[in-house]
Amino acid sequence: MPSFVITEKCDGCKGQDKTACMYICPHDLMKLNTDTMKAWNQEPVQCWECYNCVKICPQQAIEVRCYADFAPLGAACIPMRGTDTIMWTVKFRDGMIKRFKFPIRTTEEGTLSITDGVQAVAVDVSKIKEQGFYTQQAAGETFVTP
Amino acid sequence: MEPKVNNFEHIEKPEIIVVETDILIIGGGMAACGAAYEADKWASPQGLKVTMVDKAAVDRSGAVAMGLSAINTYVGENNAADFVKYVRQDLMGITREDLVYDLARWVDDSVHLFEDWGLPVWKKGDDNESLDGHQAAKAGKPSLREGGKPVRSGKWQIMINGESYKVIVGEAGKAALEANRVATGVEQNLFERVFIIKVLNDKDDPTKVAGAVGFSVRDHALYVFKCKSALLGCGGCVNFFRGRATAEGQGRAWFPVWNSGSNYAMGAEAGAELVLMENRFVPARFKDGYGPVGAWFLLFKAKATNALGEDYCETNADEARKYYGKYVDNIGTCMRNHMMIIDMKAGKGPIKIHTDVALATLGETMDKKAMKHLESEAWEDFLDMSISQAGVWAANNMAPEKVPSELMPSEPYMLGSHAGCAGLWVSGPGDFGPAEYFWGYNRMTTVKGMFSAGDGVGASGHKFSSGSHAEGRVAGKMMVAYCMDNPEMPEFAETADELAAEVFLPMETYAKFSGYTTDPDINPEYIRPAMVQQRLQKIMDEYAGGTSTYYMTSKTMLEEGLTYLQMLKEDEVHMGAADLHELLRAWENHHRIVAAEAHAQHILFREETRYPGYYYRGDFLAIDDENWKCFTNSTYDKNTREFKVFKRDYHEIIPE
Repeated sequence: MPSFVITEKCDGCKGQDKTACMYICPHDLMKLNTDTMKAWNQEPVQCWECYNCVKICPQQAIEVRCYADFAPLGAACIPMRGTDTIMWTVKFRDGMIKRFKFPIRTTEEGTLSITDGVQAVAVDVSKIKEQGFYTQQAAGETFVTP
Repeated sequence: MEPKVNNFEHIEKPEIIVVETDILIIGGGMAACGAAYEADKWASPQGLKVTMVDKAAVDRSGAVAMGLSAINTYVGENNAADFVKYVRQDLMGITREDLVYDLARWVDDSVHLFEDWGLPVWKKGDDNESLDGHQAAKAGKPSLREGGKPVRSGKWQIMINGESYKVIVGEAGKAALEANRVATGVEQNLFERVFIIKVLNDKDDPTKVAGAVGFSVRDHALYVFKCKSALLGCGGCVNFFRGRATAEGQGRAWFPVWNSGSNYAMGAEAGAELVLMENRFVPARFKDGYGPVGAWFLLFKAKATNALGEDYCETNADEARKYYGKYVDNIGTCMRNHMMIIDMKAGKGPIKIHTDVALATLGETMDKKAMKHLESEAWEDFLDMSISQAGVWAANNMAPEKVPSELMPSEPYMLGSHAGCAGLWVSGPGDFGPAEYFWGYNRMTTVKGMFSAGDGVGASGHKFSSGSHAEGRVAGKMMVAYCMDNPEMPEFAETADELAAEVFLPMETYAKFSGYTTDPDINPEYIRPAMVQQRLQKIMDEYAGGTSTYYMTSKTMLEEGLTYLQMLKEDEVHMGAADLHELLRAWENHHRIVAAEAHAQHILFREETRYPGYYYRGDFLAIDDENWKCFTNSTYDKNTREFKVFKRDYHEIIPE
């Protein structure tokens, strides 16, 4: 259906003006029902199954049921996204389980610097029409031509 | 039907928010984040304002929203001239070699920054084994910048652990915007969940950009941006052809479903020249889930065959040479599709990729632990960037080490960053190449002050994620240069009230008429955006070479289709939208229609089959280098809503 929300687990992100899933969905699919304070996928036919709502949900209330117009029932891919790795549980229709763990980043989220290392150079605005990014210009990189 | 008007009699007038900025970045994907990053560095010391407007959230917007398992453009030990040869050959001989060569000069700098920012990059271990990003760090392997050896899956591709690729690049983009916000003292310069519907031109000079208008999908508000320079970084075009899925699986497009042709439509309506809009990409991928095949073919050395076990690229080569001669040798992506399609039409399917054989072969020289790592690598390829494919395998009890998987060529897509080259015609770098490819600012369109990057720029495919970011940075830098040369803030003629009436018309229409029938879906006064999209998809599929005709079309088919498309253009002004979410869909589908017509008009103009396997002109089945080894460009008149298509010269810069 793509993504679906488990009624019992969803807490509507505790009455904030928007839920985590609404915040993240790249296609504006997740919506909060302000009467029940539960979120739902308002347009499943437009769901890319990117799993961003699944990964971000603080209650683990969102899962994905594979597209029923071509996928048989009973399978699931369930992520647990941590700070530097993601764990996946892949459940097959016949009950087989596979588990995987992959790195996702080497810096802590929210701490990356855009002024460290090679980025800590002064930009020479007088060279703006010369070839090269500010980093390449500062490093004296030569720009080859054919 | 009577024309619809919006006097705001049935819906509230929106709040009107006016934002003035020097540089406006429309979009939030790889290209847009690159533009924000580089523009900040050059603009902030001078107090020039940089503003980004994204229809989604920057953390997970654009084509990399889900993640990626590889960076497909990293030059490294290779050189720019070879990159041009590779791209030119894959795009059937016609490419802007200045843009492609230029990109190769910049792209690695972005890849190095990604790694600095926290993207895990696979490295070669001491025994030439693959180490993931964390293992490589633990083993003390140097970064790419310091000479670390990446795991190449092809000459230009490197493997990454890219689940959070966009989160990382987005974080840097947002940090750059924040640095610029602090430097310029503005209150806000990042507007998420605001969808831009069109670019506004200067009131005295219609060939110059002056701003853009859109609306919030969260609050009832119109956003009017005034700017000196704008970047269109709005992706490619998806779901303008009927897809292979029949119901909810239509969301599982190969390229992200939120790529609605906005870059091409807004560029065309602003007066920018388009190029090679007949080009499309038809990825042959794992059936239904559209999982990536690159790692399977390149890294794991899997082979694909027809049901008889034949390598269709070998058995059909002589047949293909009849029409496509030398283009069959040194085979490219569309030609590989062509060979596959010959067998599919002959009933020799299903076409399968032998993942089981590939893994068994690799396993012959591996111990159990190494095999386990290999299996994990294979699954990561899907779980990083096409989780649905893992779901399809699991749902069908298909373990890739045990059974082969079916491949299928998809519905068509338009894009400028992958193995396709539709998009806007932009200026080259200027330090080499013919004079006619340079008009003052690298990556500026033919509209003064309006730039593009990534999927938006045509005739220069194979940029992929890293190249889109780098191209965005080039544009970001040159937008600052443009603002320095053109310090006056331009003005547009439209008033905010006029713009509000136009933008919100579909909601006024719905509110006015929906009560007339008991079911708001079926109403003689309006058409809902979802139905506009379905109609467009059906027209394009049946007449412009979709899957239902095996990508076949012709002059007569296109002309018939264009008469139906004309009526759809007349009808789309009668769209009805119940809420802001549906208003988003309404304007996305307007963009799809303009992009789709460009596609059809370009195919009609080019009287040859340049891209067999992507589409066929049945009345001109061969490649015709004598008459058509040229660019096909077009301009659009937003008042008459007509395209004019014409030829431009192709110049070879890198000799064969």
